Amino acid sequence: MKSNNFGYLLKEGIRGIFLHGFMSFAAVCVTVACLMIIGSFSALLYNMNIMVEREAEDAEIIAYIDETYSEAEAKSVGSRINTIENVAKATFVTRGEALAEFVQGQEDVFQGVDPSTLEDRFIIVLEDNSRMQETVTQISQITGVSDVNAPLELAEGFSALQYIIRIVSAAIIILLLVVSLLIISNTVKLAMYDRRDEIGIMKMVGATNGFIRIPFVVEGLILGLFGAALAFVLEWGLYDALVSWVASVRELNILTFVPFETLLWPMVAVFGAAGLLVGLFGSFASIRKFLDV
Amino acid sequence: MIDFKDVVKSYDTGNMALKGVSMHIDDGEFVFLVGPSGSGKSTIIKLITGEIQPTEGSVEVNDYHLESIRRRQVPYLRRTVGVVFQDFRLISNMTVYENVAFAMRVIGARAKEIRKRVPYVLDLVGLADKAKRHPGELSGGEQQRVAIARALVNNPDTIIADEPTGNLDPARSYEIMLLLEEINNLGTTVLVVTHERELVERFTKRVIAIDDGLVISDGMDGYYHYEEQ
Repeated sequence: MKSNNFGYLLKEGIRGIFLHGFMSFAAVCVTVACLMIIGSFSALLYNMNIMVEREAEDAEIIAYIDETYSEAEAKSVGSRINTIENVAKATFVTRGEALAEFVQGQEDVFQGVDPSTLEDRFIIVLEDNSRMQETVTQISQITGVSDVNAPLELAEGFSALQYIIRIVSAAIIILLLVVSLLIISNTVKLAMYDRRDEIGIMKMVGATNGFIRIPFVVEGLILGLFGAALAFVLEWGLYDALVSWVASVRELNILTFVPFETLLWPMVAVFGAAGLLVGLFGSFASIRKFLDV
Repeated sequence: MIDFKDVVKSYDTGNMALKGVSMHIDDGEFVFLVGPSGSGKSTIIKLITGEIQPTEGSVEVNDYHLESIRRRQVPYLRRTVGVVFQDFRLISNMTVYENVAFAMRVIGARAKEIRKRVPYVLDLVGLADKAKRHPGELSGGEQQRVAIARALVNNPDTIIADEPTGNLDPARSYEIMLLLEEINNLGTTVLVVTHERELVERFTKRVIAIDDGLVISDGMDGYYHYEEQ
């Protein structure tokens, strides 16, 4: 291929966008709409997942130590608790500290209560709350641990919720992706149909298939990437607006959203890839049948 | 050069369009191909442009053997054959100049060549002053001239005109034929497919008549010669 053809093919691709203004507009709109729906869903689900994770992190296990153990003996049990790999942190709390915390603010009511009625204990935070049951069993088998108190149902609930969120989000995103690709490839097909005469003339005068295809692919790529960029900017604005609105409403302050900057690069990657894919797939898939003249 | 040897073409539908056609058109000839509709004229054009392949026999066009041509080679065959249609087939949102230049661009011609060649062909067909118009602003005859310019611009060995005057009044039709004759005089082989008797009779040219998939007459003695037999 001669070198001056590259410029021509690129120019043709760009010219095609304006020449077929309405179709290009439609293709970009569809891309933007689909990507924004997918992006918003992903961002929402990502945040829900994080919120659930944060709530679950507050779930603590309390391991009570045999009351016959001295404070030093009790403290030494901690080293064995820490050998369990799912234990993230085990904090030792003496019976005196536990009592002090327990009676805090109501000292007069509990005046004279002997700390020995309580037990020394470890407050344990886990790496993975979904394996709480298993870890609790391991902890309770350690000599010196008399009893373990764990919010098992809460932990299971959170795990199940996270699991459901993951499945639902995967399903919704895949569905939206398939729908988007179908809509976009149909839009491109319509655009191609609009230009079947042009393609016919190109074939007639002896243009090779590669030469015919390239401007359409360039056009598809530019439209896909442009749509993706537009969707990205709109998504960013929408997200920031939503986050500041949520922050301003008192009733919603249990909701915490990560700042968009956290999602920036994953979003850039996903939108960019989607734009590229849509542009290439859309133009390649739909031009095939028109080349067979 | 176009050479058909015992060409049979049957379609998947079972319709046998050509039943053993042999004809030879030399470089530089001007030939009318005539016959009623359904006689096989369109099939012959499709065979020449590589759109379809013969079922039996051999077709040679400008050194390409079409019974065994590879798909990749078809575009290069088509660059040697300029085609003009009854319905002009111009791109309506391009100017006259762009329509003609388009045919050069899509086969990868250099911008410099295009700038030189397009005005020359437009001048040849008498449309130098309408280069910036759009097809919709032109008369039928002028549109057909644009189509002829486009067919000519890549300097093909052969021009095939498929009912080029079907949409034109007699005066315009005659002018188009004169233009094709002029192009022939410049050395291009011209094959005109038509069923317009008066037009054919105004020129003293070789006429190949086909009917029902067979060549029934071939000579200089006129269109409806075969009807009288």
